[in-house]
Amino acid sequence: MNDSAASPVAAAPERLPHFVSDAPFDRRGGERLSPELERYYRASQWKMMWWKLKRHRLAVVSGAILVVMYASILFSEIIAPYNLNTRHADFIYAPPQPIHLIHDGHFIGPYVYGFDYRLDLDTLRRTYTPNLAQVERLRFFCLGDRYKWWGVIPGRFHLVCPAEGGTLFVFGTDRLGRDMFSRLAYGARVSLTIGLIGITLSFLVGITLGGIAGYYGGWPDHLIQRSIEVLQSFPKLPLWMALSAALPVSWSPLYVYFGITIILGLLTWTGLARAVRSKLLALREEDFCTAAVLMGASPRRIIGRHLLPSFMSHLIASATLHIPQMILGETALSFLGLGLRPPITSWGVLLTEAQNINVVALYPWLMIPVVPVIVTVLAFNFLGDGLRDAADPYK
Amino acid sequence: MLSYIARRVFIMVPTLIAISAIVFIIIRLPPGDYLTTMMNELQSQGEGANIEKIEFLRQQYGMDRPAIEQYARWVIGLLQGDLGWSFEYNVPVAQLIGQRLLMSFLVAFTTLIFTYIIAFPIGIYSATHQYSWGDYGLTLLGFIGLATPSFLLALILLYLANVLFGTTIGGMMDEQYLGQPMSWAKFLSVLAHLWIPVVVLGTSSTAEMIRLLRANLLDELQKQYVVTGRAKGLPPGRLLVKYPLRMALNPFIADIGSILPHLISGSAIVSVVLSLPTNGPMLLRALQSQDMYLAGSFVMLEACLVVVGVFVSDLALAALDPRIRLQGGAMR
Repeated sequence: MNDSAASPVAAAPERLPHFVSDAPFDRRGGERLSPELERYYRASQWKMMWWKLKRHRLAVVSGAILVVMYASILFSEIIAPYNLNTRHADFIYAPPQPIHLIHDGHFIGPYVYGFDYRLDLDTLRRTYTPNLAQVERLRFFCLGDRYKWWGVIPGRFHLVCPAEGGTLFVFGTDRLGRDMFSRLAYGARVSLTIGLIGITLSFLVGITLGGIAGYYGGWPDHLIQRSIEVLQSFPKLPLWMALSAALPVSWSPLYVYFGITIILGLLTWTGLARAVRSKLLALREEDFCTAAVLMGASPRRIIGRHLLPSFMSHLIASATLHIPQMILGETALSFLGLGLRPPITSWGVLLTEAQNINVVALYPWLMIPVVPVIVTVLAFNFLGDGLRDAADPYK
Repeated sequence: MLSYIARRVFIMVPTLIAISAIVFIIIRLPPGDYLTTMMNELQSQGEGANIEKIEFLRQQYGMDRPAIEQYARWVIGLLQGDLGWSFEYNVPVAQLIGQRLLMSFLVAFTTLIFTYIIAFPIGIYSATHQYSWGDYGLTLLGFIGLATPSFLLALILLYLANVLFGTTIGGMMDEQYLGQPMSWAKFLSVLAHLWIPVVVLGTSSTAEMIRLLRANLLDELQKQYVVTGRAKGLPPGRLLVKYPLRMALNPFIADIGSILPHLISGSAIVSVVLSLPTNGPMLLRALQSQDMYLAGSFVMLEACLVVVGVFVSDLALAALDPRIRLQGGAMR
């Protein structure tokens, strides 16, 4: 540092060459931005959030997993090799068939071994042993069980089918010989959407009530605050249990589905409402809000158009963290027999089969539905954490 | 401090009234009631003897009166310590609930202690060794604990305990100790059964606590006074415990309030799986058979427990941190 500073001083006595630029004078030259900087400064808030989120590797991976899972519920019928209720009377409580690639040193593509079935007459247990001579190659893009896609469009195209006359139970079968994997694929439809619909509901309620409380203050604020406190002092599960026990037995499965969703949604809005309220309390004192009031904007417009967008990202992040609670809640309720009931199939309904200790000891594959539950909940948690970090990109 | 306590108690009253109203509405939501169902059943069987008794109960609890009057009777009864009559078990609710509530409380309390014992060291370790392998591993473990449905974890642990240690399945103690006076062997038996629900219930709340403590402690550790302390040559252990940890504890205590409902909710479902004599299974049964006073009193008592828990945690907070009680008004 010293050297470089000293040299111009030493050179000063010699005459410097006189230089005059003939380019026109640009007063703002110093403030000009390089293209990258300009891109950065002009980026919208959402774009900056995306840049910041991208750095959070785990959140991006979780997001991708969730996108794939949610995309899969569009095509459950095609992904599942069997129908939801296809029974295989010969294969009751069959264990999972692992997929192999190489048989006797030859590569023959994905295949499974057929089963040898034997009933143990002493214990009345069915035992299945893989028959190593019976190689059943899987078929891809094939025709199998007939179905109606979303209950409307008939078809029989499947992504993967068992060999002709063979079976394909990747995750085993249940007490009626129904393929667990197919049931899981169908169950995703209910389990995954219940969280989304529920969070939409609690989002709407939370924003509306939190908005009113935060913007108006005074007695509406007090009323809403107190009711939030009351709701929060209920132990959640007993309240859920009581409410879902109150759903009429005569309701059709679809009504029960919406009923449960509403119950789950109506009790989780409190956290969101609190967040909205505290943010609004701070923001309504800002100048831009006063300006909007002076220009004669209605309260609805001020809340919706000026105040909410400034912390929408925070709300989305915390909503993401709420979804797993609902998925777990649905699972627990269905497990207790208070939530969804067959014929509606969700992961929680599937888990009711794994209710006693015999299952853990004898048919552990009936517990597989817990894996997608854990994966989904984890993915939502990681994504939510990433979103929360990215929510304030100006930090 | 005294005025603060008075204010808090004053706030609790309307909260409890609102809770009781909600509980009453909910348990009356299902169409029909237990007595009507029972009466129809008895009449179809041609029995007349019990109908008089049902009629008496109906009179006693004013089932034929408008809802508002029933509610008033129920609340007044609650205040006098009369929790109502369990139609299914044919005994006063208070008799049924007493012991079970004690068990629930035992489980919840043990779990709370367990949670603190586990969460404390791990949280401190995670914060002081941020981004180390230990931190990553423990965080991941915590996340998985959060994501696993508790009832399944309970089943698996139950199975493992049975296979590995030969613990009998279900219940709170071995059968031979039921109804026996307290003894060392009975105590050990209870302990052998208690650890499963405690671990299962504790897992998710422990995970939450660890995350909270880690985040709080990390915030504190970055502050100037820590740097100053370190520069002055304070030993690391002392530096950690004396200042930042104390600051990081504040939200921790505030969290007792929110962890209590969590524990009670959790114990409801875990007890069903483990067939513990806590209130979970009985509440479930009561809800299914519309035994309304039993179900209502359960939910009501649990809500009260939570309100009291929040109150206690608020008091502890106010005692620890004068800023809170001087601020007044809204809490938490």
